[in-house]
Amino acid sequence: MCTMIVTQVNIDGSGKGANGWFKLREANVSYDHPFDAPMEHALNIDFVNEALGPGARVAVELSVEAARTLVAAIGAVLERAEAGGYLEQSPPAAADTGGL
Amino acid sequence: MYQTSMYEGMLAETIAIPGFQGDLINAYFARPLGPGPFPGIVVVHHMPGWDEWYREATRKFAHHGYAALSPNLYFRAGHGSPEDVAAKVRAAGGVSDEQVLGDLAGAQHYLRALSFSNGKVGVFGSCSGGRHAFLAACRVPGFDAAVDCWGGRVVMAPDEVTPKQPVAPIDYTEDLSCPLLGLFGEEDQNPAPAQVARLEQELKAHGKTYAFHMYPKAGHGFFYYDRRNYRQEQAVDGWKKLFVFLETYLGASTPLSPAAE
Repeated sequence: MCTMIVTQVNIDGSGKGANGWFKLREANVSYDHPFDAPMEHALNIDFVNEALGPGARVAVELSVEAARTLVAAIGAVLERAEAGGYLEQSPPAAADTGGL
Repeated sequence: MYQTSMYEGMLAETIAIPGFQGDLINAYFARPLGPGPFPGIVVVHHMPGWDEWYREATRKFAHHGYAALSPNLYFRAGHGSPEDVAAKVRAAGGVSDEQVLGDLAGAQHYLRALSFSNGKVGVFGSCSGGRHAFLAACRVPGFDAAVDCWGGRVVMAPDEVTPKQPVAPIDYTEDLSCPLLGLFGEEDQNPAPAQVARLEQELKAHGKTYAFHMYPKAGHGFFYYDRRNYRQEQAVDGWKKLFVFLETYLGASTPLSPAAE
């Protein structure tokens, strides 16, 4: 296998999975075998809500180049938003963990 | 050798078996119909989970005359699609070696206790399952043959050791208690050919019975027909070598044999 290179961060937001939208609580970022992408290892991000079970998951599997491009794009967009005075404070974490 | 006039049947179903610390876990069990006796094989799924390929592989072993049992090593992570469950386990840094060995010991005991067992039980795995198969052959008494298909992280750098995987399996080589077959691809990065060579060196140093085959123009997971790394010629040859090896150490189970395909 199997690099076992993985990290988990807590996040706020929403994700659209197989059964519709649900609240996101964690993002699992790994560089390991993908399930679908045609490469031996990929930068995988699973946006999940562990309290809702394994099926509460939105998955992406990216090439290294794509992952770096995405990171840069996210950073650039946030910089522009901050420069424009648009950035909002994160809402306080909700107590419930259910779907929207 | 199979003849077209022969009867052939198989039972394949999900069952529950006692695993690590007596936990009941589910497992996929496939066996030939008939009185036996049949050798057993524990089929250890890979990191992408207890998925369709592993069900097919379990039935393939049964087709070749083995009582084959594939425990769901991710049972404790909850239920969902194999991918979703495997993703959860991946995020948790995998399952612990101790837990896996307990589950594999439970599977071996289940097979050995069957009334139609011939008394021999092997262990097969690929990817992380290959690593687990090697580890089980070293740490769980009672296996009669082991097959490690491209198991990575058998050789581990000190910074790769984790609380769940606290010892590099290669460090247990001295305790390997049965013959070992290893199938690898020379284009694999994990295990890289140099790591395979290191393991082979260790096996030689301890006088172990083993056979390694390093396939050219093949990488990681070259048996997986649904993946880009599938290599038809190498996979066909690998399966043949695998069944010859198992027949040698676990006993042939008539009427089916590897020559049947």
